[in-house]
Amino acid sequence: MKDFRFWGLLPAHVMMALTLIVPILIIVAVSFATRGAYGGFEFSFSTEAYRQILFNEGWTGELEFNPQYLLIIGRTVILAALTTLICMALAFPVAYWITLQGRTARVILLFMVTLPFWVSMIVRVYAWLIILGNEGVIEKALKLTGLVTDIDTLLFNSGAMLVGMVYSYIPLMILPVFASIEKLDPALIEASHDLHGSRAVTLRRVILPLCWPGLAAGAILVFVPCLGAVLEPILLGGGKIMMMGNLIQMQFGGARNWPFGAAIAILLMVLVMVFLLLNGLRATRRAMEEMT
Amino acid sequence: MESRKKAVEIRQVSKTFGTFQALETVSLDIYDNEFFTLLGPSGCGKTTLLRMIAGFEEPTTGQIVLHGSDIQSLPPHKRRVNTVFQSYALFPHMTLEQNVAYGLENLRWPKDKVRARVAEMLDLVHMSKFARRRPQQLSGGQRQRVALARALAPEPEVLLLDEPLSALDLKLRQAMREELRALQRQTGLTFVFVTHDQEEALDMSDRICVLGDGRIQQIGSPREVYENPANRFVANFIGETNFFDVDVLSVEGDQAKVRTPMGMELTATQKHVRPGQKQATLSLRPEKIGLDDQASGQILSGTITSTNYLGGFTHYVVRVGDADIRVSRRNDLSDTPTLAEGATVKLGFSPAATRVLGQ
Repeated sequence: MKDFRFWGLLPAHVMMALTLIVPILIIVAVSFATRGAYGGFEFSFSTEAYRQILFNEGWTGELEFNPQYLLIIGRTVILAALTTLICMALAFPVAYWITLQGRTARVILLFMVTLPFWVSMIVRVYAWLIILGNEGVIEKALKLTGLVTDIDTLLFNSGAMLVGMVYSYIPLMILPVFASIEKLDPALIEASHDLHGSRAVTLRRVILPLCWPGLAAGAILVFVPCLGAVLEPILLGGGKIMMMGNLIQMQFGGARNWPFGAAIAILLMVLVMVFLLLNGLRATRRAMEEMT
Repeated sequence: MESRKKAVEIRQVSKTFGTFQALETVSLDIYDNEFFTLLGPSGCGKTTLLRMIAGFEEPTTGQIVLHGSDIQSLPPHKRRVNTVFQSYALFPHMTLEQNVAYGLENLRWPKDKVRARVAEMLDLVHMSKFARRRPQQLSGGQRQRVALARALAPEPEVLLLDEPLSALDLKLRQAMREELRALQRQTGLTFVFVTHDQEEALDMSDRICVLGDGRIQQIGSPREVYENPANRFVANFIGETNFFDVDVLSVEGDQAKVRTPMGMELTATQKHVRPGQKQATLSLRPEKIGLDDQASGQILSGTITSTNYLGGFTHYVVRVGDADIRVSRRNDLSDTPTLAEGATVKLGFSPAATRVLGQ
């Protein structure tokens, strides 16, 4: 029995090791290597790549603080957080409305929420280029109203990136939020009204707190891929506004600085793990509270 | 009774869901300080009526009046009534304290008064020492008490209870029955209690409204609905009874002369026979029939076809002619013999114990 447990799980373990652990170890190793003269890297230990995140080396070898990369990291976190908040605000009413529909309608609506996943991400983000672009639907409509006559472009700014990211990731918020609202006992909402709670009070003090696990799960599902977003900044940000994903991609591509790219990748991974850990701690604390 | 202040007036209220008529047009008054029970089988419209008082359902027609003012247009959160839900519906993310305080905070009570009231309510239901716990950590009976405290805290004009005991086990249910009754006397509040359990209704109520098929079948004190059921539905739903189809020969005051299918003529008590009614149902409760040495009054003779020993009582089915008559005999002596099946026995009952029912 014990043997079976070992041998039975072995293929999975090997798979995990080869596709997850080994690559991460390689990235860690590369991040501590030295940049090669013609790209790639050389095996000699150095923390140069990590230093480069914060400091430039001046003419005489002294270190001077360089906020450029810190700015990119900060922008990444802020845009990811904004995307998450907007997704929460939009997904909640949509998910709530879906729970109020009949059985068949619910299945169809949920299917429609997941429908975009059947189309390539590139195509979907590209579609926004057409919607937001010059002479696109939105620009034309705005001009037709006569309120705005002179539009430079709606594209190639943080706003366009935000729209694209919200659009890409909102299904990942709707699904867990839907699940948590569906589990909500309708008697609790009636009890709140019965105890003199208006609709607003009921939403704030009963419905939202009880749906919090779904919102938190959705937040993680949206926030984490947003940190690593690459497509939206390239297509909708026009490559002018970089996020961490683009920075990493650039180091392995045009800039040919593999160790630096690897170091930023590690930093991104650590960031993600910190957020996951914080969420895990919160969930554990909650569970403990409910037990004692 | 009629001079007492009315707490709730149901005026010509009916309710239709789609094509299903849950409640035909009903009118009834509930008085102040009364323990009023809506009793009936599931689907009789009792919960619908309660939910209309609370404001969760809107009457299709008619009007509901609370202490003289029409509350028809008020949403549930503006009605001064509170509900104890069947599933308790305690907020799982709040402590007991927070649960009880919820209604008071929504009414904008000052903080110190909220604290005092919450302590008072938890004390009233003996749950003070659990104030900081969450509902999931409590047993069914404890949750029940907290649900009561929560509903009582905002000082409702009427307390609505929707089958609050149905989720408890038998022993606890009986204990809670007494606690609820004591609480009602102590607070002097009007309780509107919904149940399908006739024993619960008889035990606790000042008055019972028996509902069936979306109609009011009878309203009266527990003694009235048991001893003088208005019709076959009520007699059948509350307690057990024997029915006989009889011809009405004459009616004089609360006495009616009737003839049974077996040709026996007797004078029975009546309260609900309409003038000119020729056919009627005669009801005779099993415990009002004496066997053998206890048989007196009208005497019949029959054969025992089944016996059920139930501890305090033994139930017999006795075949008389082609009618099966149920008889309940109290085992008042430890050596009361159980009569054997197949034995021939004498049955006796007083004609005054029989009831002629309305239609």
